[in-house]
Amino acid sequence: MWLSIQLATFTTAILVLIATPIAWWLSQTRAPWKPAVQAVVAMPIVLPPTVLGFYLLILLGPDGAIGGWWVQLTGSALTFSFTGLVIASCVYSLPFAVQPLQNAFESLPRQYLERARTLGASRLDAFFSVAVPLSVRGFVSGIVLSFAHTLGEFGVVLMVGGNIPGETRVVSIAIYDHVESLDYAAAHRMSLVLIGFAFVVLATMFVFNRRWGDR
Amino acid sequence: MRARAIMLSLALVSGPVLAADTITVAVASNFSRPAAELAEGFAGETGVSVRISIGSTGKLYAQIVNGAPFDVFLAADTERPKLLEQSGDAVADSRFTYAQGALVLWSRDAEDCLAALSDEDSGRVALANPQTAPYGKAAVEFLKAAGGWESVSARAVYGENINQTLQFVATGNAIVGFIAKSQLGAPQLPEPGCVWEVPVASYALIEQQAVLLERAASNDNARRFLEYLRSDDARDIMSRHGYGGLQ
Repeated sequence: MWLSIQLATFTTAILVLIATPIAWWLSQTRAPWKPAVQAVVAMPIVLPPTVLGFYLLILLGPDGAIGGWWVQLTGSALTFSFTGLVIASCVYSLPFAVQPLQNAFESLPRQYLERARTLGASRLDAFFSVAVPLSVRGFVSGIVLSFAHTLGEFGVVLMVGGNIPGETRVVSIAIYDHVESLDYAAAHRMSLVLIGFAFVVLATMFVFNRRWGDR
Repeated sequence: MRARAIMLSLALVSGPVLAADTITVAVASNFSRPAAELAEGFAGETGVSVRISIGSTGKLYAQIVNGAPFDVFLAADTERPKLLEQSGDAVADSRFTYAQGALVLWSRDAEDCLAALSDEDSGRVALANPQTAPYGKAAVEFLKAAGGWESVSARAVYGENINQTLQFVATGNAIVGFIAKSQLGAPQLPEPGCVWEVPVASYALIEQQAVLLERAASNDNARRFLEYLRSDDARDIMSRHGYGGLQ
């Protein structure tokens, strides 16, 4: 369980850093290839985890483009490691971070940013002091959804994780093992914790969004 | 898994309306290829077509207990069929060992499987999850008997089932792996660097048992299929796929 929380925390932190610029670019651009970029970002939602997991196993493996480079750099492989799981989870949860942020950025009134610019703010300054505070709702949704989605991840971890205790055996895999070995009591215990967590987190997010929306 | 469950239920809902001369057999994933050939052989002999549902033994067991519409269960172990018999989900006295598996050590990249297994710097060692998969349990038994478990467990990775274990080695992510002998004939398997048959005496027999499920208690076609599994034709198919020592 603790491992899953660590994985979700790292993944969410990295996703905020990656997803913010992507979402901002998507919200502002008129480039003709925008739909293509959007499609690539959204693909993990519709692709089965087995497809993602299969290609990540190859890409991150010692023979793969990323994995081979990583082996040269650090001497160890990415597959079956916590680092590998973080990378895989970032790919898997990317749309859940990008889409709420993009929606928030798109609903910003344009004139606010323009006014900040005419008052002498740099682009970056205008982004951090105007766009970010006005998009708190998007950030909260993005963070909550990526965290919860990573916690609930199963198929991808199953394929690139290797089920190593303390390293890659996340809670969903542990539950699966309990079900497979007929230890239904342990499976129920862990599952109920996850169900409770999912409900509380999502309900909190919706409460927050409603309050924020009223203002 | 969620998606798989949904797909499965969709498949059950939208599946073709079955004729009376069709039986549905739940098959442990390690036995999927021989099962397909057996289904063909049985259909050729009797005209009864066999619909095969593949999954892990534990998952199929859970589905059967919860009312899955299977007539026959070909498990990868003896434990689950026994439990089904005890709980009344399987027909009493229908249980028998239809196949016996053998464990091999396999590598894509290493030339000497045993050297790669004992060299701590050679890379990861793949085995099926010993808690849930009979071949994983057998691999641990062999390693403990041979005294190598301490060194191997530190660099072991666990496949969900025996097919995933093979996949870890076939993609170069693990240097050697304990797989089922029956997998050596898998299509598009990379050229092996080495194959080593684990001495049969060093692990408990990997017996795979079949049972007739309760809903098919009066289904003659399902009973005939179980009979067919004991026939010489069926044994030929199984031994061609690396299963041996049938009772």
